[in-house]
Amino acid sequence: MTSTIIWTIAVVTVLGLVLALVLYLVAQKFKVEEDPRIDEVEKVMPGANCGGCGFAGCRAFAEAAVKAPNLDKNYCPVGGNDTMAKVAAILGYEVKAKAPMVAVVRCNGTCEARPRVNDYDGYASCVVKSTLYTGDTGCAFGCLGCGDCVNACQFGALSMDPVTGLPVVDEEKCTACGSCVKACPKFIIELRPKGPRGMREFVSCVNKDKGPVAKKACANACIGCGICAKTCTHEAIVVENNVAYIDPAKCKLCRECEAMCPTNAIHGVNFPKPLDKEAVKARIKERQLKAKEAANA
Amino acid sequence: MRKPTFSMGGVHPHDNKISRECAIQPLPLAPVVYISVAQHIGAPSVPCVAVGDKVKVGQVIAEPGGFVSAYIHSSVSGTVKSIGPRPDLAGRPSTHIEIAVEGDEWLEGIDTTDTLITTLPEDNKATVEKIKLGGVVGLGGATFPTHVKLSPPPGSKCERVIINGCECEPYLTSDFRTLLEKGEQVVVGAAILRKVMGDVPCTIAIEENKPEAIAHIKEVIAKLGYEGIEVMSMKMRYPQGGEKQLIDAVMHRQVGSGALPISVGAVVQNVATALAVYDAVQKNKPIVDNSVTVTGECFPKQANLLVRVGTPLRYIVDYLGGVPENAAKIISGGPMMGRAVANLDAATVKGTGALLFLTEEQTRRAPESNCIRCGKCADACPMGLEPFLLVRLSRAKDVEALEANAAQDCIECGCCLYSCPAHIQLLDSIRIGKGSVLGAIRARAAAAKAAAEAAKK
Repeated sequence: MTSTIIWTIAVVTVLGLVLALVLYLVAQKFKVEEDPRIDEVEKVMPGANCGGCGFAGCRAFAEAAVKAPNLDKNYCPVGGNDTMAKVAAILGYEVKAKAPMVAVVRCNGTCEARPRVNDYDGYASCVVKSTLYTGDTGCAFGCLGCGDCVNACQFGALSMDPVTGLPVVDEEKCTACGSCVKACPKFIIELRPKGPRGMREFVSCVNKDKGPVAKKACANACIGCGICAKTCTHEAIVVENNVAYIDPAKCKLCRECEAMCPTNAIHGVNFPKPLDKEAVKARIKERQLKAKEAANA
Repeated sequence: MRKPTFSMGGVHPHDNKISRECAIQPLPLAPVVYISVAQHIGAPSVPCVAVGDKVKVGQVIAEPGGFVSAYIHSSVSGTVKSIGPRPDLAGRPSTHIEIAVEGDEWLEGIDTTDTLITTLPEDNKATVEKIKLGGVVGLGGATFPTHVKLSPPPGSKCERVIINGCECEPYLTSDFRTLLEKGEQVVVGAAILRKVMGDVPCTIAIEENKPEAIAHIKEVIAKLGYEGIEVMSMKMRYPQGGEKQLIDAVMHRQVGSGALPISVGAVVQNVATALAVYDAVQKNKPIVDNSVTVTGECFPKQANLLVRVGTPLRYIVDYLGGVPENAAKIISGGPMMGRAVANLDAATVKGTGALLFLTEEQTRRAPESNCIRCGKCADACPMGLEPFLLVRLSRAKDVEALEANAAQDCIECGCCLYSCPAHIQLLDSIRIGKGSVLGAIRARAAAAKAAAEAAKK
């Protein structure tokens, strides 16, 4: 009895040792040389695997970052500057700080402002709807309201507002990964710099139709009148294809365009005070008068 | 004896041909027509008239914009009012030529009489040129330019011309009425087509639910005495009118993935196309009108109308008494493959075959539930695909797997959606997947072309 137990233990031990040796030799022979920094970089990544950086996931980003000669083309929008500083420290690169971004929905075609002209009863997907026709409103460019962007967001930052029928971005949760930008078949969502203390100014419309057509389809549409571009003293606004666009790099947040816009298509968000339109308009008028006088003189 | 049909899949919806007794009537001229320059598959045509020009019926107003493109003729006589973008059926802007109608004056040289000309022209090349100049496109729905189909690439040989008179879509009756009322012209058109393709045999395929048409065409062939044209009575099954399905049914040959029908020696033309070929070759009359079925259970006045190309849909509907109150959806085409009309101000095009009015009850979609893996969709697919799998891949955006599972071969017939007991919106998702696969294939071809050009340099 005792000898059986001893024999069993001995045989198993010897077998285990022999196999361990084989495994060790094989592991040595077929070892994959991997840069240990990949693991280190991966550790400091957010780990969301969202693909916002353009790579398949955080591991793929880490591999690409270690191989890359610098970090110009590798940026994790979710982790932001903090994460990139850590990555740069591990790899010994310099990192240029980027302004934090946020997703902005450039359509204000609410149910009230943009009347429905037909009923869509098909599959609830913006991509499907956009392949079938231009949508259930008169506007061929606006939000289709099926929520493809909401489904694409992995951070729960987007939700559909049942009253307006438009997606709303939760700025706290948005990581600017860009999934919603890719999901939207109408190219309505744009990543824009968050701005100082979240303050930013943007045109909430992408309608390229001529003024009267756009206005007929939606009361909040940009009609491409160009008043904003004429008002702006910073040359931040371009009107192209009947729609205005504010360049965030040039905008000084003076809110003059917002006050002058006849259709309220320009939105300013997170400003501490509400906009006093009349006061701003008076200020602009005074400035223009002075300029005229100076020109005459 | 079992009637011939295609070998794989298919469904059998109720045919609902409630407008079958309505003879084709010409629709009075609309006060203004809007003729689109993108009425066919391929490059849009280029307008060759200017605002203010006087045009006559049958005058060329737009020239082909490429090899796969077609001439477009004025369908009315009058003055060109504007040339510019206008929303089409789906609301998307495309270039239309607006013509205000003044009288009905036809271009000289067009034979508008009813005399039947049965002597076939000798010169095949001249015939194809006439078909091209007549702006003839496939009127079965795809609107592929006919002259391109009749010019097979070198090395391929046509062995049989098939005239498609299946009209397998429920409700539609315009081809049926054409066969009954213009059977002689269709048969002469078929004879022209088979002569152009090198005196090959020709089959006119008609589904068994149209016995009058089958009997009539048999009579006409005997009377006119053409050789090599036969009528085939087909079993009723959707989508028999699909090109690949019809070739399978008639010739028992399968067209390979991504291949053209000519690769198996077949050329398929619709009944209405055969009529248009007759008009273009024998009468010098280009496509200026086509027959449109206006139907639906809720529509009081069923009709088959001969409509000039570019007539606004609203004009047709108003002529027949306006949109019925209980109509919830208007479909351009049949209920299986037609598209919902979002814009009644849109105008008809050469390929418009029907306007179908459906009630709320008929169009209601049941809520989607989970796939129970019954495989009915795979049984119903006439292309032998696996719709349940394609939907999952499409929703997962796995383009490589979609291509491996032949999503690009989907003919969008809707049999899968029709047969699904869980009411899954199979076709909508597969269409997206098919689009992304075709995009990937095109991108690959473009990259290969660029690489080849770079290598040359």
